[in-house]
Amino acid sequence: MPEYQKFEHDVLVIGAGGAGLRAAIEASAAGVTVGLVCKSLLGKAHTVMAEGGIAAALGTVNSADNWKVHFADTMRGGQYLNVWRMAEIHAKEAPTCVRELEAWGAVFDRTPEGDILQRNFGGHRYPRLAHVGDRTGLEMIRTLQDHGVHQGIDVHMECTILSLLKDADRVVGAFGYDRQRGRFLLFHARAVVLATGGVGRAYKITSNSWEYTGDGHALAYNAGADLMDMEFVQFHPTGMIWPPSVAGILVTEGVRGEGGVLRNSKGRRFMFDDIPEAYRHQTADNEEEGWKYCQGDKQARRPPELLTRDHVARCIVREIKEGRGGPHGGVFLDISWIKEKIPNAPDHIKKKLPSMYHQFKQLADVDITTTPMEVGPTMHYIMGGIRVHPETQMSTVPGLFAAGECGCGLHGANRLGGNSLSDLLVFGKRAGKFAAAFAKEHPAGSINTDQVDSIARRALEPFERGTRSTDTQGPYQIQHELQAKMQELVGIVRTEPEMLMALEEIGKFQKRAREVAVHGNREYNSGWHTALDLPNLLTVSEAITRSARERRESRGGHFREDYPNKDKAFGEFNVIVRRGPAAEMKVVRENIPPLPAELKQIIEEQQK
Amino acid sequence: MASATFSIWRGTAEQGKFFNYTTEISEGMVVLDAVHKIQAEQANDLAVRWNCKAGKCGSCSAEINGMPRLMCMTRLNQLPLERPVTIEPMKSFPLIKDLVTDVSWNFRVKKQIKQFKPRPPDVPDGSWRMQQEDVDRVQEFRKCIECFLCQDVCHVLREHHKHEEFIGPRFFVYVAALEMHPLDMENRVEELAKAKGIGYCNITKCCTKVCPESITITDNAIIPLKERVVDEFYDPIKRLFRRLRR
Repeated sequence: MPEYQKFEHDVLVIGAGGAGLRAAIEASAAGVTVGLVCKSLLGKAHTVMAEGGIAAALGTVNSADNWKVHFADTMRGGQYLNVWRMAEIHAKEAPTCVRELEAWGAVFDRTPEGDILQRNFGGHRYPRLAHVGDRTGLEMIRTLQDHGVHQGIDVHMECTILSLLKDADRVVGAFGYDRQRGRFLLFHARAVVLATGGVGRAYKITSNSWEYTGDGHALAYNAGADLMDMEFVQFHPTGMIWPPSVAGILVTEGVRGEGGVLRNSKGRRFMFDDIPEAYRHQTADNEEEGWKYCQGDKQARRPPELLTRDHVARCIVREIKEGRGGPHGGVFLDISWIKEKIPNAPDHIKKKLPSMYHQFKQLADVDITTTPMEVGPTMHYIMGGIRVHPETQMSTVPGLFAAGECGCGLHGANRLGGNSLSDLLVFGKRAGKFAAAFAKEHPAGSINTDQVDSIARRALEPFERGTRSTDTQGPYQIQHELQAKMQELVGIVRTEPEMLMALEEIGKFQKRAREVAVHGNREYNSGWHTALDLPNLLTVSEAITRSARERRESRGGHFREDYPNKDKAFGEFNVIVRRGPAAEMKVVRENIPPLPAELKQIIEEQQK
Repeated sequence: MASATFSIWRGTAEQGKFFNYTTEISEGMVVLDAVHKIQAEQANDLAVRWNCKAGKCGSCSAEINGMPRLMCMTRLNQLPLERPVTIEPMKSFPLIKDLVTDVSWNFRVKKQIKQFKPRPPDVPDGSWRMQQEDVDRVQEFRKCIECFLCQDVCHVLREHHKHEEFIGPRFFVYVAALEMHPLDMENRVEELAKAKGIGYCNITKCCTKVCPESITITDNAIIPLKERVVDEFYDPIKRLFRRLRR
């Protein structure tokens, strides 16, 4: 077998978005050696696309905010399936994590007093999102990156991990390849942190970049770790829908936070038509009150556009289905109307939402300061992921940690906007800390070279098939077909027969993926890369579908037409998938531990 | 459906040439869409770097009809399609394959710039107070998505290959963001003059023209930094003082 490039690190972090960088910084600060694997170049990870802000109860705009309110908002948004201990830790630790970014050079927008400015967002009771215009993710990743490079972290850019390596029960390293030259890489590590993000590329219309192929989910699953809550996929209500080539690109919730309203083709603000009972007392019942809220009036209640994402997405789908959509099959998001309310509205919009202004101007020829945007739901986030211990972020496999979108627990059935960036910071930091501690306490394990050789052989098989025949399965075609099927059969609205069809289709794709062929050589070969990503996409697609079948109710990001209501009995457990002894996917239910009295009391108090 | 032809540079640092690909195009398509379509249908192993496809990550930099641009933000309806659209890799960096270049030099340069060093916190809780008007100019610089198009177009790097003596527009913007950060206490002026080669810039403003984030690189970052260098090192009175002190 060929020689592998070998690397030794105490902690290996796979993924270099917000969570991975934060974990690497923390581990390195704890005095262990750290390797950081990025699938693309450093600083390009999907975090860069986050727009709205980082949710943290700093209370700089409304001093009534505190961790308890943030905790209760997160639990309610997640429909109480959240791992409550994670929601508690998150709410308590997020403010410190945001302040830390400022100490490392981040420059947030300011309040008149010179403190960090916070904006309104869906599901958050008070203005809570620390932000920089609508490019908060860029600010965050650049701050972490620029801080991290001075910490002595070894960065491996443009590398993909194919498999985790185990010594008995414990994870002791990882094996992958560098995308530029196609050489195999062997990482020996005492602890591994997965921070690979999400699974958006399993869907056709998504706001996610190509990297989001569920690598971490699949690596962990194949290593024997539990995945949890995989049925909960968040469709962001507002993605671009026209022109077709940009369909799915995100339109930040910040547009609505700044006063943007949703209208159907009849001009009606349809979000007022359906306000869920749990939110009624906190939601404005007229347009004027909603506007006042966006202007910072503390007495006013929030406009219905700022209800949770799952709800807004379903309302939009309803309008479109019932024939009140726009010319390209979306609804209208209008920020230009605020010119009736404030002077210099166009300048204000450009200042507050500069990326959105440019995105629409450049990609759709639409000036959002004068014209409404046409928008529709886009697959944005997966709440489910690797099941972790709430304090340490260690998965059910010793030595394997997870943080960020590939982890799970904080968001329950539906994530609130802004809670993902704070998730990355809070739990990235914890994963780094506890992975470093684990690395200090455990000796290096041994690596099974036979296992490594067989992974390498399998990875090269698509080339052999490519040289044998020219009439074989191309990777892109399988990927595109899978995306179309998942969109159609396991999308926003789900039914049992459709999901059964999806499983059958996934089975066929799995068979075809085993026959996939690529041409050319190993140097920066996108076809080969896509072929190697396919099994991961298929694993997460199957996990989503099987978990969604198991949950015969509608809750948060999971909506079933055949079970359209929430069912109390289904609120008692999380759905778990794990690999069975014959490599089959097993689905089990795991009861949620009861809420401690003090947290229960907080939730009850906040419901008033 | 309409079609268009794209002349894409293919090959490695050792050898390569332009290949023509004709593909169907539809309304609203950007250059990156066409490249992806060609990659999926005609050239599976075509190397192209990209991530967000929304102008936010700065990965898909290339030269389109000779102009350094992001492929994801260049719409086909802005280009003359009666002749082939040429797409080639950036020129200031070594080629890896097809449209992908080795930009690792940029990461090494950044690491050598002194990191952010804040003043002690203003408030007992460990935080600081800054006015929005004091951070506006730094926020402009921090919009940079590190696409390195400014590095690509800069003749000091592109034609004169001064990579060892000159950090390029991207990193002048980076230094400016640090130097003008209201909290920062570090001084980077001496290294700007000596190791970073700011004197090589003769303010032709090519970098400003290609910046997809419309950062006023030359006027707002480079010129003020040049002024600081001049104040510190070439001010005759200060020079005299320095000599006397010696």
